[in-house]
Amino acid sequence: MRPFTRLETTMMPLDRSNVDTDAIIPQQYLKSVKRTGFGKYLFDNWRYLDPGTLDMDPGQRRTDPDFVLNQDAFAGAEVLLVRENFGCGSSREHAVWSLLDHGFRAVIASSFADIFCSNSYKNGLLPITLQAEEVNELFEQVAQDPAFSCVLDLEKQVVRGINGRVFSFEISAFHKHCLLNGFDEIDLTLQHEDKIRAYESQMKQAFPWLFP
Amino acid sequence: MMENDTLYDKVWRSHSVHERDDGMTLLYIDRHLVHEVTSPQAFEGLRIAGRAPWRRDSILATADHNVPTTDRSQGIEDPISRRQVETLDENCRDFSITQFPMLDVRQGIVHVIGPEQGASLPGMTIVCGDSHTSTHGALGALAFGIGTSEVEHVLATQCLLLKKSKNMQIRVDGRLPPGVTSKDIILAVIGRLGTAGATGYTAEYAGAAIRALSVEGRMTMCNMSIEAGARAGMIAVDDTTLEYVAGRPFAPQGTMWDQALAYWQTLKSDAGAKFDAVVQLDAGDLKPQVTWGTSPEMVTDVDGVVPQDDSVDHRNALQYMGLQPGTPIEAIEIDKVFIGSCTNSRIEDLREAAGLIQDRSVADNVKLAMVVPGSGLVKRQAEEEGLDRIFKSAGFEWREPGCSMCLGMNADQLEPGERCASTSNRNFEGRQGKGGRTHLVSPVMAVGAALHGHFVDVRKWMP
Repeated sequence: MRPFTRLETTMMPLDRSNVDTDAIIPQQYLKSVKRTGFGKYLFDNWRYLDPGTLDMDPGQRRTDPDFVLNQDAFAGAEVLLVRENFGCGSSREHAVWSLLDHGFRAVIASSFADIFCSNSYKNGLLPITLQAEEVNELFEQVAQDPAFSCVLDLEKQVVRGINGRVFSFEISAFHKHCLLNGFDEIDLTLQHEDKIRAYESQMKQAFPWLFP
Repeated sequence: MMENDTLYDKVWRSHSVHERDDGMTLLYIDRHLVHEVTSPQAFEGLRIAGRAPWRRDSILATADHNVPTTDRSQGIEDPISRRQVETLDENCRDFSITQFPMLDVRQGIVHVIGPEQGASLPGMTIVCGDSHTSTHGALGALAFGIGTSEVEHVLATQCLLLKKSKNMQIRVDGRLPPGVTSKDIILAVIGRLGTAGATGYTAEYAGAAIRALSVEGRMTMCNMSIEAGARAGMIAVDDTTLEYVAGRPFAPQGTMWDQALAYWQTLKSDAGAKFDAVVQLDAGDLKPQVTWGTSPEMVTDVDGVVPQDDSVDHRNALQYMGLQPGTPIEAIEIDKVFIGSCTNSRIEDLREAAGLIQDRSVADNVKLAMVVPGSGLVKRQAEEEGLDRIFKSAGFEWREPGCSMCLGMNADQLEPGERCASTSNRNFEGRQGKGGRTHLVSPVMAVGAALHGHFVDVRKWMP
């Protein structure tokens, strides 16, 4: 996993609440057996006017010029700015893969759905939860100046906006540690292999029906 | 201290392998359900790292999302869907994992077959790369959906690193009126809480109305916990649970059963259990529910109207749904009807739905009304009871089991602009096909809509 430390970037504002993972990446793209290549289908039903499938060339499809992802002003933004409950619904990790593959490295929202959040941590996408008023302030900053760059500093747990505005965010010590170092959680868990084996022997006695 | 535990506290504690100083717990997983959509990248990850599944006997796999619901003797027509299902076959073969393949009578929606087989048991921790894994909590299990990286993590270690959630009790007292079902309770709960209202909580459903439900009805409730934001929903073990589990193929037998039973009977929240939040409803006040928007929280009573609200989200939803504020719900005409999904495709759902038909037929304006049983065994049971004949003679299509039009990964989809009365769980934009308009309802409400061509208050039509 690519470590996340500090990022200076423009933001792409998507002024919606309850953006579900079906909207982030629709069902037909979940047929892929790979982890890569989902960026061109990110927000597919909103960015394209015609329906698509995995075997179609997205370059041949009609895009919606009103959708923010299709606007030059926000090309290259590495932070997505949204409202509350981002990533609700389906557990599909393809949602996180498509955001990363498109080039986003962080999402700022006033709240996230649980499964989306844990999928983000596992892939090095930083979910930043700010107060609704702070998110609103960022939306206003981007509206005034789409080219404005913010700084995300994971070590210090702050987002720096314009005019010296600094918003701090919470993150668990564990997830911060993993993101900063790009750790693989499976390796961390396997350090406790003896504890898992000891638990299993104990449970085979206590709950034998779970070990047929 | 022990007498103040919730059901969730108990199951969590009994599965804690190791508690870290930073508040994370290494939690042991008893049952891992696997389907074709969210597992290929996890198996690929195992291969790349040179790892093997930690405990093969904890895994049960089936293909459900991509499978056709029409004749499947010729296989899957769509090459991309076929490739995904074949990938699951290969992974199960290579890693010696038990799988119910497409032509096995035990194949079906993973959240239907787990309980049906007794592979999901009280007190277990159960995971699957699917958010509707919360379904299995109806048996007093701790069951929740995970992403693909977590699927790989469980395959490799039999554990997950998690932070414990808070406890929420959703208490439903009173008695359900005729024509009002567990689907209406959970839709009303989501309407009350909002789609993020239970984020960060494990929900426990309790109260007289929940105890009166069958295990099938309880599964419908737990299934949609995620639609209120709760990763898991649970219901205490009682005689209804134990009668359901007894005798199922993967359930313990003989002395092992007696041993399990003694433990399972402790799986309820203690009298002094502390909940971080409590929500109360009276079942007697509930009416059949219909969603009108693009989020499950956008729901109202069948005798109500499409509400007025000036928020951006509300306006977007009404524009997508092609509805005007003030329109009576009963005036909304539909094009298609879908009875199925992990929410409502069990035998009890099909019995209730068929019971409303009474020699009537699907209305002329309804282009397609389909019934998709949750598993091959549900289908067979329904056919033994003659339910298929009731549906077919009324003009419904009787299909093969799978996820089908709940999310349209197979050929079962809505066309742009089509409006569907659906017993599934999500009315998101594009969920049943790009431009499709979904209204979530109970099985009897779906049948009522099919017979009349628009939503009707089934309380007036109950036999």
